[in-house]
Amino acid sequence: MATVSTNEMKAGTKVLIDGDPYAVIDNEYRKPGKGQATNTLKVRNLKTGRVLEKTLKSGDSWEVADIEETDMQYLYNDGEFWHFMNPSSYEQIQASQAAVEDAAKWIKGEETCRVMLWNGVPLYISAPNTVELQITETDPGVRGDTSGGGGKPATLETGAVVRVPLFVQQGEVIKCDTRTGEYMGRVGK
Amino acid sequence: MALRPGIGNRESGIDSTWAPTATMDRLKARADLYRSIRAFFDARGVMEVETPILSAHATVDRHIDSFAAVPLAARLTHRAVEAVPHRSPLTPQGFLQTSPEFAMKRLLCAGSGPIWQIAKVFRAEESGRYHNPEFTLLEWYRPGFDHHVLMDEVAALLTALGVSGPFERLTYTEAFQRHAGFDPMTAPLTHLRTLPQAEAFANCDDRDVLLDLWISHRVGPALGRERPCFLHAFPASQAALARVVNGRAERFELFWEGLELANGFHELTDPAEQARRFVSEQAQRAAEGRPVPPYDRHLIAALETGLPDCAGVALGLDRLLMRLTGAASLSEVLAFDGARA
Repeated sequence: MATVSTNEMKAGTKVLIDGDPYAVIDNEYRKPGKGQATNTLKVRNLKTGRVLEKTLKSGDSWEVADIEETDMQYLYNDGEFWHFMNPSSYEQIQASQAAVEDAAKWIKGEETCRVMLWNGVPLYISAPNTVELQITETDPGVRGDTSGGGGKPATLETGAVVRVPLFVQQGEVIKCDTRTGEYMGRVGK
Repeated sequence: MALRPGIGNRESGIDSTWAPTATMDRLKARADLYRSIRAFFDARGVMEVETPILSAHATVDRHIDSFAAVPLAARLTHRAVEAVPHRSPLTPQGFLQTSPEFAMKRLLCAGSGPIWQIAKVFRAEESGRYHNPEFTLLEWYRPGFDHHVLMDEVAALLTALGVSGPFERLTYTEAFQRHAGFDPMTAPLTHLRTLPQAEAFANCDDRDVLLDLWISHRVGPALGRERPCFLHAFPASQAALARVVNGRAERFELFWEGLELANGFHELTDPAEQARRFVSEQAQRAAEGRPVPPYDRHLIAALETGLPDCAGVALGLDRLLMRLTGAASLSEVLAFDGARA
């Protein structure tokens, strides 16, 4: 079993703690000049998102979590599972609602998503950084109306709700940043 | 003015790792600091000395590891080395010093009188916000001083360098009572193990290791917040190279804004006791399955000749510069940190 020692743990290192996969966020080394050295690791549980801190003796190690990240194409949602395909091998996998939680409102099909696999099982799906989606519902904004900070909510075809400028109309396709949830611009004309 | 590629140019994808990690202002602050230190010791009649960085001996300190120096040729030309059967290709020819302490004590035994130096020292595996494998110590020794008189001189030096006092003094026990809420000399092991998030030490039965944890996570960061603070009267088990009197080590550390800056001793002069402590450190290293280097016999031989009654201290100049210039990490005061060296 591969292990990683405290002095090799960096932000992003994937480890196994009590059977769960974690990602290292921060590693703080402390040592009294003539005393015991420790590393305090801030880690995020990749299943629950919970962050915790653990202090280890410097030189101690954790098992490496078998995490693989790969690009896959989103195919469809069957009501229970979300199906993805490896574009080179055509191999398909199904992801649970929990794994797709953050990406679900941005994808409609055929997008290339980043899939994090733990022992071959999808743990977390990231939507593409930017997506282009059609507005299915928004109020016809009136020019000069500055209520709501100069914008208005718009519902997209995937269900996501984004703040758009008043001049953007229902039926238009817009580009959004999925990491911030922000409107970036209109697509086409 | 010519463009400086690498600085502020990370977006362009140009490799910037050639560039210094310290600003020119901080490099100048270091130059100014060294000039002031030299003037301070000159005025007090303390002699500057230089001792070898590459030594035949490694430290046996259980918590400090030396770098071994292996000649490149020994690795590359196996055949030539095989012709000299008594030396294996990976036998170190020396070790980089972790402190100039032993060499300076040998000078004291030889009659040098008061001495100081700014020394580059090296400690393997020490890397972090406040650590770099290579760093700079100001170390000095004062025959006729005890640790309290030396603390006065450390305070005088720092005052001359622009640190405002008055300096506080707390015993190890007082510091724990104030910032951890218990007496470190009498608290049961079960209590010492209650530091949060330290389940890895749940079965640790080494009091000193657990006390170190409290120092580095709770007590140390709280010390010297208002003004610099000397921590003294350490547990006898943490005497290192200090005398033990009435069950307490005559050792001190200086903390400023939560950061350990210096460590000093009323120096142990007894060669038999010194050898016994070396052997005990070696035994602990062996028990932990770590390399056990031979201890420095030159030091024991020198102590047998006679070390004058003295006190000595080592002060981390990189950390002092951090605090003097408001730097957030050691890298910011080093021309090139460990990753760019």
